[in-house]
Amino acid sequence: MKVLVIIEHDNETVKQSSFSTISAAKEISDSIEAIVLGQGIDSVINELKKSDHLKKIYKIDNELFQNPLAENLSKAIHKFTEGSDYTHILSPSSTFGKNMSPKLSALMDVQQISDITKIISDDTFERPIYAGNAIAKVKSNDPIKIITVRPTCFEPCALNSSVDVESLETNLDKNNLISFVSYDKSKSDRPELTSAKIVISGGRGMQNGENFRLLEGIADKLGAAMGASRAAVDAGFVPNDWQVGQTGKIVAPDLYIAVGISGAIQHIAGIKDSKFIACINKDEEAPIFNFSDYGLVGDLFELLPKLEEKL
Amino acid sequence: MKALVCVKRVIDYNVKIRVKSDKSGVETDNVKMSMNPFDEIAVEEAIRLKEKNQIQEVVILSIGTDKSQETIRSGLAMGGDRGILVKTEKDQLEPLTVGKIIKSVSDKEKPDLIILGKQAIDDDCNQTGQIVATLLEFPQATFASELKKNNDNTLEVTREVDGGLETVKINIPCVVTTDLRLNEPRYASLPNIMKAKQKKIDVLEIGSFDIDIKDRLQILEVNEPPERKPGIKVDDVDSLVEKLKNEAKVL
Repeated sequence: MKVLVIIEHDNETVKQSSFSTISAAKEISDSIEAIVLGQGIDSVINELKKSDHLKKIYKIDNELFQNPLAENLSKAIHKFTEGSDYTHILSPSSTFGKNMSPKLSALMDVQQISDITKIISDDTFERPIYAGNAIAKVKSNDPIKIITVRPTCFEPCALNSSVDVESLETNLDKNNLISFVSYDKSKSDRPELTSAKIVISGGRGMQNGENFRLLEGIADKLGAAMGASRAAVDAGFVPNDWQVGQTGKIVAPDLYIAVGISGAIQHIAGIKDSKFIACINKDEEAPIFNFSDYGLVGDLFELLPKLEEKL
Repeated sequence: MKALVCVKRVIDYNVKIRVKSDKSGVETDNVKMSMNPFDEIAVEEAIRLKEKNQIQEVVILSIGTDKSQETIRSGLAMGGDRGILVKTEKDQLEPLTVGKIIKSVSDKEKPDLIILGKQAIDDDCNQTGQIVATLLEFPQATFASELKKNNDNTLEVTREVDGGLETVKINIPCVVTTDLRLNEPRYASLPNIMKAKQKKIDVLEIGSFDIDIKDRLQILEVNEPPERKPGIKVDDVDSLVEKLKNEAKVL
């Protein structure tokens, strides 16, 4: 058994998702190697070198990989693995991994196992389906397993080592069918919805977009990300990308605070992996109370200012 | 320009999922089925391009049992021109197999744009578009939240990636997978639903494709997710903050 971990980074630092993926690899085998493709990635390598569990790091530093275009990455990784004895190829199930890894699986004629949350054995894994409303235990019959790993399900590996690094060249031709135009980093000072430790969301009970200000103050105090239910998005209170739920973002923070959200099935599907759920709702029969660790019945317009004051 | 929109029939997003008691899967008998919501966004985008005269024909493709014709019909009612069903006995094929079938259909249809949802809300795989792009050697733009056709036969696509938005330029023919923000799909009007009944759906048997459809993954069992512990109601804001601080230790 030999595992290759594909490292996600931004040419400056290693993404935490990569360290989580290394931890997942450790549950499969002790023989783990990593590959980093990028441009000007010395700082990335210096950080990654400290990772526990890695036996070796391969580095391909080339302008082809200045931006993470899946066309170039998947081809280069496929070339690198040809003739190798890797039994498993793991990537984080972030937008980076989701974009690239299925391409690798198509090049290798392997059926990828997406977004695993648990490793049962070297060929059997658990993965959520129906937005986590069911958990499938799947066994892969492919000779090589190509897997994406849900980072929040594996603790990042410790950084107490010093791993050997080997530099490789690439003679890959540039793919002229695609070009990178720009990357706009989210301007919000708030953390990303999908990686925030605390998320506070509003629903139809907020009544209008203006009232989301009541949540902002609390989010600022807690360093929380802000979200919304589909009802609030459909009503035009807040933009689409705030939507938490089955067809929106799936979140798993330490604390999820649902305000004025009744708890429709499709919303619950997106939040049920949260460590703790608290809710505020004036309807004590609302389904959200059945999923909340702490429920507070009452008028959110009275309770939110009080909550902000107490934090 | 021609668009090939790939749509999947899935359990409606409003239905509560029930795991079968024998753990073999989830209950689909007597359950409302609909078009995968992300694919609906793909149909809408193709139709909008057609309304802007940037696309001349919108072909709706589905792979599944006869019942997937209903899903194709709803795409035709939104404004698709014609449909193709690749008929299978099995309800579900794996993404790699689906990718191979779409490639084969595309080889015949020669679309300029293949557009589909970023994932289906049943198996949540998020693979098919990427596989199709790879097999056809078309460039891909996944998780699209904005799409613009340039005059030089390229598309400029804004992608929702972790932490922000990435914009790429891709040559036509290409594959685009849709994210939620791209558009809001229209409801089909009654006259359009009636009109859609007259539109043509070609039915192709899966056997006529030279593709091995055997599953590579074996579903050993499907379980309910771990239940959440029953919670409590607190009396006021003070006790909520106290519980979050001292019991949950999340503040």
